Amino acid sequence: MIPQEIHDALVSHFGNAILDAKLEGVFDPFIKVAPDRIKDVAQFLRDNEATAFNVLMCLSGVDHTGGKLGVVYHLHSMRRNHKIVLKVDLTVEQPHCHSVESVWKTANWHEREAYDMYGIIFDGHPDLRRILMPYDWEGHPLRKDFQVPEYYNGMKVPY
Amino acid sequence: MEETLTQTAAAERPATIPGLGRPLKEHEMVISMGPQHPSTHGVLRLELVVDGEVVIDVIPHIGYLHRCFEKHAENMTNYQQVIPYCDRMDYVAAMNNDLGYAIACEKLLKIKVPERVEYIRVIMAELQRIASHLIAVGTYGMDIGAFTPFLYCFRDRERILDIFEQTCGARLLYNYIWIGGLSHDVPENFAEKVRDFCAYFRPNINELNDLLSYNKIFIKRTANVGVLPPEVAINCGASGPVLRGSGVKWDLRKNDPYSVYDRFEWEIPVGTGTMGAVGDCWDRYMVRVHEMEQSVNIIEQAVEKIPPGDVQSAIPKRIRPETSEVYVRTETPKGELGYYIIADGSASPFRVKVRPPCFVNLSLLPTISRGAMIADVVAVLGSIDIVLGEVDR
Repeated sequence: MIPQEIHDALVSHFGNAILDAKLEGVFDPFIKVAPDRIKDVAQFLRDNEATAFNVLMCLSGVDHTGGKLGVVYHLHSMRRNHKIVLKVDLTVEQPHCHSVESVWKTANWHEREAYDMYGIIFDGHPDLRRILMPYDWEGHPLRKDFQVPEYYNGMKVPY
Repeated sequence: MEETLTQTAAAERPATIPGLGRPLKEHEMVISMGPQHPSTHGVLRLELVVDGEVVIDVIPHIGYLHRCFEKHAENMTNYQQVIPYCDRMDYVAAMNNDLGYAIACEKLLKIKVPERVEYIRVIMAELQRIASHLIAVGTYGMDIGAFTPFLYCFRDRERILDIFEQTCGARLLYNYIWIGGLSHDVPENFAEKVRDFCAYFRPNINELNDLLSYNKIFIKRTANVGVLPPEVAINCGASGPVLRGSGVKWDLRKNDPYSVYDRFEWEIPVGTGTMGAVGDCWDRYMVRVHEMEQSVNIIEQAVEKIPPGDVQSAIPKRIRPETSEVYVRTETPKGELGYYIIADGSASPFRVKVRPPCFVNLSLLPTISRGAMIADVVAVLGSIDIVLGEVDR
């Protein structure tokens, strides 16, 4: 399926949960989805025979600066050999997004990483803990406005 | 006195174990393996929840080698400066890491790379794949208890490192593949050296098979251990030899070709369940052995066709991609390495997200270790072939 067909299928099925899309003039065409419907959209894209997106290639958190966060899902279908990108826009005040862990198990650690680095909270994730940073670290280091703490457990951080 | 101690221990026992999601049952206990343990291949800590000798669950703790790759990449003054950091992710397959990043940046900049560069890149990437797989199978043998094959593997790897050293001066972290080109042209006798290596290495694969692959003890330890069914592998995002070991014929060099990989004749080896079930540790191991053979095939074809030219003619003077974003994935020895780069029109990337194959493959460990023996966890972990530099970045 070409991206336009995938977009049409999603719009006819989910209506106003599909917020925006850019399908031409970009390297990877993307579709923007409402954060509270992302799991349903993911489930639909995986289980629908025509789309069959069985692989979540990558899940990334992004800090767009100015209090805007985002999650980007790169999907691929081994059977149909097509790709699509889903995007979710969040804010620093409301960093809540549905987890897609139950759809693709790949998301488990990737969502933990996005939580660790950006503080994005994935509702429905079975085990949302920090993954790369120490468990008692404060703050989310990949945020653009992150300030390196002066001390961590009595150790001076900027050396 | 004894009673008091037991009571204290019971009182201090946490209600639920983080990562397990429930308290321990009566017969269960937690054993910590690592972060300094010879078979964890670096600084990985595993919490094994065991009932006697049987592993109930595995809780991996990673991040001991976290060096803030993504934060560093955002804070560089230009795109080119990120490449040495890419080297340090999967430090036994640095060429492949650079290749993925270079291809992603070239796509952002819409650069066409000269043919000569493409062929040299392919040869380097495949040599590096052999070197990385040699470490993987060598150390895997050592994990299981066979020390000798490790030395044989390192002997052969040394030859590859010699070729790299002759080309770019470095033996481990090369900074060789640049955006739009290479840091140096290859030396004059390069083709000859590579041909010599191929002729030398091909018989050594049989030697490795005699020493390790078909060794009775090795088979006993790996066959039917850690079986990963194909549908689980795909859903969990496994890639590389871990995916192919489960019988899924999927290799990005063929299925989503990049560089000039579509011009060579070679096969994708998959696990067939020769010694046990499809997708067991032995299959994953054997896929690597076969892949080395296929890499030799690719190198032999590529080295005959290196066209003349200047390897630095396409290197851009000023790297400043327009506002855009790209996701590029390449097949490294460990699996699918993805770079998601967001450019904002400035001289340094706005965001670089790496999708490391080892990170995703390691997340499979609990799934395939449940119900195994403690010693099997070592066998499973070795068959996944992780490099902690890449897991933690």
